[in-house]
Amino acid sequence: MPVTKERIVLPDLPTGQAGFSLSPRIDQVGVEERASRFTKRSIKNEAKMNGLKLVLNMIDLTTLEGKDTDGKVKQLCYKAMHPHDAVAGIPTVAAICVYPSMVKVAKKALGDSGIKVASVATAFPSGQAPRDIKIRDTKYAVNEGADEVDMVISRGKFHAGEYNFVFDEIAAIKEACGEARLKVILETGELGTFDKVRRASDIAMLAGADFIKTSTGKIQPAATMPVTLVMLEAIRDFYYKTGKMIGMKPAGGISKSKLALHYLVMVKEVLGEDWLNNEWFRFGASSLANDVLMQIVKLETGLYQSANYFSVD
Amino acid sequence: MEKTIKKSSLTISENGLEKKNASRRLEVLKTYKIYIGGQFPRTESGRYYIPTNAAGKKLANVCLSSRKDFRDAVVAARGAVSGWSGRAAFNRSQILYRMAEMLEGRKAQFIDELIQQDSTKAKAEKEVNLAIDRLIYYAGWCDKFQQLFSAVNPVASSHFNFSVPEPTGVVAVIAPQGDSLLGLVSVIAPVIAGGNTCVVLASETKPLCAVTFAEVLNSSDLPGGVVNILTGKPSELATWFVDHMDVNATIYCENNSDTQKMMREKSATNLKRIFFYDKINWYTDEGQSPYFIMDTQEIKTTWHPVENIAGAGGGY
Repeated sequence: MPVTKERIVLPDLPTGQAGFSLSPRIDQVGVEERASRFTKRSIKNEAKMNGLKLVLNMIDLTTLEGKDTDGKVKQLCYKAMHPHDAVAGIPTVAAICVYPSMVKVAKKALGDSGIKVASVATAFPSGQAPRDIKIRDTKYAVNEGADEVDMVISRGKFHAGEYNFVFDEIAAIKEACGEARLKVILETGELGTFDKVRRASDIAMLAGADFIKTSTGKIQPAATMPVTLVMLEAIRDFYYKTGKMIGMKPAGGISKSKLALHYLVMVKEVLGEDWLNNEWFRFGASSLANDVLMQIVKLETGLYQSANYFSVD
Repeated sequence: MEKTIKKSSLTISENGLEKKNASRRLEVLKTYKIYIGGQFPRTESGRYYIPTNAAGKKLANVCLSSRKDFRDAVVAARGAVSGWSGRAAFNRSQILYRMAEMLEGRKAQFIDELIQQDSTKAKAEKEVNLAIDRLIYYAGWCDKFQQLFSAVNPVASSHFNFSVPEPTGVVAVIAPQGDSLLGLVSVIAPVIAGGNTCVVLASETKPLCAVTFAEVLNSSDLPGGVVNILTGKPSELATWFVDHMDVNATIYCENNSDTQKMMREKSATNLKRIFFYDKINWYTDEGQSPYFIMDTQEIKTTWHPVENIAGAGGGY
């Protein structure tokens, strides 16, 4: 029987310190089949309305462009607080997600609205920088007032099998975060296999992540239902083992309400209702919010909506 | 060679018995599907209906489209607006001409379908020929109507002020019931010649040509989503054609006064334009005119500042 590289590498890891070397293998066909089942649930109107409002309330409204300006961020913050004032009873989004240099602007614009400011950090999106720079990047974001930090893992090191490096880095960033909650971006589109996604999830959770997040949004494929399912199952297993809840944030590629509702079904059926709030589940998205708003108005009025009547951001 | 079998020895029988019993070849019938975003899906609802001709012969199983098919078609049409309206007018002209070429090449099939649907041979030929000519007619107008309907306006300030027609966007069309090919082509052509995209509900009683016309469109370099063709019942879908907030104009080609009244009322929700082409004889010259193009255009006026050289004492 041929010995695969992974079988050689794994026993060499310090298993006592970090149990991630024992990450289970993932059955790809099974995961894809299971994930597709969640898309077949029938959601009736009342549940759909509640679901849509929940989705909106779970969104991390995101702008991560090189061309971002203060003005753009302020406008996005206004959108976060007033998604669509024409209809009463619409919740705000969960958070605004920006680059560290925009945290102060966002924090000021959001005031006491209760909407969090999340900042990407650690040389987002590539993560190709020395650790001390990543730590400074993180501390800068936190000092500017970020409530949450979205870090990226070093995918290159991960692929090279240097799991301890990845573990230590996440732990170091977690320490730099202080009070801020840490979301760890695995960038699953660059990991390649579900086995690696599962292992990276386990490493992140053991190293102190508060959330695990699929993607930066800069790489295709970004969040998919199967990859999210693998991560949700990792969270579930971690919870059974340690009793500690970890949040989940799929990001990138979720732009339609219907898909978002499928994700909620998946979260409910894998993790249960405790995770069905924006404390433990988030969508990283920019265009999803408007689609959700359009569906909410469709349900209220019975008329199919046009993007022309909703603010861009 | 001893073992060579002569061709003639392969004939099966001498008394012809087998030949009589040999199974007759089954005709391979076409599935008449709908056309959305350059694809031919079946209706999402899974429903179908069977139109018959005057003699009571069943024509085909035809998709009975639902409002969700319409919604999907509008999404496809909206997605195609910027690409189609952004093309050079001359290129749109070329594509309309190409549609005529393709239609010419499949003339026989259309004549056959029209005859199946109660037309005579002579009348069917005339209808198909006219449909082809109509596409050529609007192909010619694609890059000319703008000059005709644009204006440079005299204004009192130092501005260059001009008005030009621009496509309104997504147009929803309920095609004529009677002239199932000529009517359909006569309504679609001016809409897309002007740079709009459309969702069309084909004739309920005579839907065959519309679906075959979709195949013509599909092989004519027309980008997917510019024309989307549904089959089904106007009585079921008409309200959605005027209700939808993302539809900019609706064209209704029947003379049902209740439906027309309903459309006038509902179109107010987003002030979409509605047009009733209910008294037009598509066989005559009144069936073709650049004014049909203008129905689905909006006039945009631009004020462009120009330096009043004399007033400013010379700026250069």
